[in-house]
Amino acid sequence: MKNIPVSTTINGDPIEFLCGPDETLLEVLRNRLGLTGAKEGCGTGDCGACSVTLNGRLVCSCLVLGAEAEGGEISTVEGLAAGDALHPLQQAFIDHAALQCGVCTPGILVAAKSLLDKNPNPTETEIRYWLAGNLCRCTGYDKIIKAVQIAAEEMRSA
Amino acid sequence: MALDSQAKKVFKQVGTRPRRPDGVDKVTGRAMYGADATAPGMLFARVLRSPHAHAVIKSIDASAALAQKGVKAVVTSADFGVPEDLFIRDVQDNCMARGKVLYDGHAVAAVAAVSDAVAKQALKLIKVDYQVLPHVTDVDEAMKPGAPVVQQGRTEENVGPGFSENVTTYCEFGHGDLVAGFAKADRILERSFKTAATHQGYIEPHACLASVTSDGKADLWCCTQGQFHVRNVCAEIMGMESSQLRVTASEIGGGFGGKTTVFIEPVALALSRKTGRPVKMVMSREEVFRATGPTVSSSMDVKIGMTRDGRITAAEAHLRYQGGAFPTGTVTMGGQSAFAAYDLEAVRTYGWNVMTNRPKEAAYRAPGAPMAIYAVESVVDEFCQHFGLDPLDVRLMNAAKKGTRSSYGPTFDAIGLIATLEAAKAHPHYTAPLGPNQGRGLSCGFWFNFGGNTCVTLNVNSDGTIGVTEGNPDIGGSRASISLMAAEELGIPYDKVRTIVADTNSIGYNDITDGSRVTFSVGLATIQSARNAIKVMCARAAKIWGIDEDAVIWEDGAAKPSGPNAGDFEPMTLAEIAAVSAETGGPIAGHHEVNADGAGVSFGVHLADVEVDPETGATKVLRYTVFQDAGRAVHPDYVEGQMQGGAAQGIGWALNEEYIYGKDGRLQNAGFLDYRVPVASDLPNIDTVILEIPNPGHPYGVRGVGETPIVPPLAALSNAVSRAVGVRMHELPMSPPKLLKAMNGKG
Amino acid sequence: MVHVKIWGSLRHATEGKDEVEVEAANFRQLLDQLSTKYPGLRPQIERGVSLALDGRIYREAWFTEIGPESEVVLMPYMTGG
Repeated sequence: MKNIPVSTTINGDPIEFLCGPDETLLEVLRNRLGLTGAKEGCGTGDCGACSVTLNGRLVCSCLVLGAEAEGGEISTVEGLAAGDALHPLQQAFIDHAALQCGVCTPGILVAAKSLLDKNPNPTETEIRYWLAGNLCRCTGYDKIIKAVQIAAEEMRSA
Repeated sequence: MALDSQAKKVFKQVGTRPRRPDGVDKVTGRAMYGADATAPGMLFARVLRSPHAHAVIKSIDASAALAQKGVKAVVTSADFGVPEDLFIRDVQDNCMARGKVLYDGHAVAAVAAVSDAVAKQALKLIKVDYQVLPHVTDVDEAMKPGAPVVQQGRTEENVGPGFSENVTTYCEFGHGDLVAGFAKADRILERSFKTAATHQGYIEPHACLASVTSDGKADLWCCTQGQFHVRNVCAEIMGMESSQLRVTASEIGGGFGGKTTVFIEPVALALSRKTGRPVKMVMSREEVFRATGPTVSSSMDVKIGMTRDGRITAAEAHLRYQGGAFPTGTVTMGGQSAFAAYDLEAVRTYGWNVMTNRPKEAAYRAPGAPMAIYAVESVVDEFCQHFGLDPLDVRLMNAAKKGTRSSYGPTFDAIGLIATLEAAKAHPHYTAPLGPNQGRGLSCGFWFNFGGNTCVTLNVNSDGTIGVTEGNPDIGGSRASISLMAAEELGIPYDKVRTIVADTNSIGYNDITDGSRVTFSVGLATIQSARNAIKVMCARAAKIWGIDEDAVIWEDGAAKPSGPNAGDFEPMTLAEIAAVSAETGGPIAGHHEVNADGAGVSFGVHLADVEVDPETGATKVLRYTVFQDAGRAVHPDYVEGQMQGGAAQGIGWALNEEYIYGKDGRLQNAGFLDYRVPVASDLPNIDTVILEIPNPGHPYGVRGVGETPIVPPLAALSNAVSRAVGVRMHELPMSPPKLLKAMNGKG
Repeated sequence: MVHVKIWGSLRHATEGKDEVEVEAANFRQLLDQLSTKYPGLRPQIERGVSLALDGRIYREAWFTEIGPESEVVLMPYMTGG
């Protein structure tokens, strides 16, 4: 099987890569581009640890083929901070202990940002349902939900 | 180390909530987990696993795989020796089946190839000839004489007759006269319970990167709860000296006991040795479910006698745990924990461990305790309903306290159970009104907590900052807690301290991150290291001032003359002493090596409100509050985090999670879609109340907190559900179909 | 003499007794004496035991001193998660 050349924009930068026709976007990000922030927790779209956005849409990158990203815009956790200024979500997660082991954190941050982009003032229930596709086994979600609420409030008042 | 004598010590930093040192790395995607490492020339490895629950391996033919372009090596059990040590042999046989496969998913061969795709392809070309054997996966079936025998010759000397050879361990604990005790009861209840095996469900699958060089040295990067344990086990399996195998623990993406284990590391090392190249091996989620340790499943009988005013007169439990295809001792901890919350005159537990054709059980947060305590707490709740008694009053009346002879033998020192129960009783949650189809349940929980082997080195840098080196993977914020204790002891700001987790060649041996031991043991060693460094700094100040060492004290981050008689000198701060360390005798450090004891047991109480949908049998958790004695909460955010996370796992165990085996002995739900762990929309906020009853065995009073919180949810949920639907549940999980069946059957 | 409480399933090795007496000033002596006096305990001691002294549990620590009035309880060696 021949590799396919793909041109994309990742976190604002033009990126070209070659990938196999059966290679997932997650494999491309992690193995070919060194963007290991997205994690493989299941490979079947059940855990959300590989969450990225593709053309503004939240996806499990383990369920997207690398070749499908042709011409697309991808955002990953590595692009969340602006230089050394953390995104309010990132800062809230640190300040309010919303992570323990941290392996689900990149996916949850990407998913939460995607929510706040669409809905800057979500209710607790909306946050819980939006993040229902992102498994966390350490925290019981309590501090994650609160950190998202705090970040949302901060972003609204900014 | 005993609790510091200044009983009312005022802490300046312990108890605050500073930012964790690994926070930025973890929110930016920079933190390196098991699967995130690469090495030049690296190969990718994959494991071939048995499709049978029990079978003889007649032959393995890897020639076609080896002929494939890009395939560099295949290993099977033939590439390993037969270790003399039984524990090591079991680990190795679990990593790679020898002669027989013992469960669905048991490894039979592994391939290293130039890419993951080639390795996966090669697995399909390996031909394994199996002779399928009868299998058994149910604990009660496996105990019966005539059941298929998983392994022969593993029965310990005290297992009585009348069982199959799968029964490996028998244990009995307790004291007092049961017959006399039951005679005093107004009522005796005898109930049987079952709990399913559940998986720790860490989000990060096992992963490692092994690099063996031709001169016999090796480096191993892996996600583990204990790099020294991995080092020792792998060195023995590989016939290496410990010093030649350096193991570095990656950031760890959850463990909960499930990464106190060795599953893939020796295989990756063997492939690396065979190919002369670094080898990366990462498990898929399906492999994690099929071949790594879930907890035990259980079948239990509980008999309790109670007077009508709520006093327990006698209690006994029979516990039958299956721990998969190898012997385990988890049932002994269940037997000791079952009645630990109660002050009993007559108590007995009997336990059996049973082998089945399932993956080898691994520790899961307070291993053995949740299921036994679930059964006991369910029966106590049924008594409360029967006699019309308040469930917290009944627990308070029977609660273990300082001076109680515990159900497992020793007499309790200061413990926080009564304070915890009283806090629950005073909390508004306990008296909040409930609606239709709703119920409130509660349960006590207990765990022993351990100390163990621990080394810490604390370096005073010449700019007045501190580097703490420790050897236990940080599984939930421990670097923050350790930095806090160093800062507290030295009297300097938290942000002047950086704590790192070292590899096996950079610090002395440390036990696994288990038994809720890290904040306790590493904390204790850190405090002692700081005191040792302070001693050196006081001596340096004494030299500078030309006075006696004993005339210098340490206060608020500075050396001071102990009093007017010692001399009139301005205090010297840590930074000032550090700045002239080269001139006054050289670098300053403190270190401490200890096998810590005195961990101090931990009790908790959980309150749960649920609503059960009468149409579907689905349970919604409406409100949840955790009360727990933390001894001293060093970083309360992460204490709360342990309490919330443990509660969430226990809720999953109670309501949804279970290993489901088919008649063919194969696991039917090896994925997160069908093995359903709680998601954000399943749970309410989990409120926490931290009690602080100082542990007499730690200078700051710290107790382990990590494991106890998974214990109470099982019974708290079962009691809540049973009260909501008006029918007593005796089996976990209480999944909607089971609950619906029970509800429909009650009428 | 130190009075050592053992757990129930070890009674088969101690002539049915829940509590045995040995001459020992520390844990190592205690374990040696138990193995000598009750050889049936040896397999379990080799597999691993913990000892509780006056309510505090020790997983190793040979040289922990035992007083004549101390409460000593033999327990299985424990592991955690």
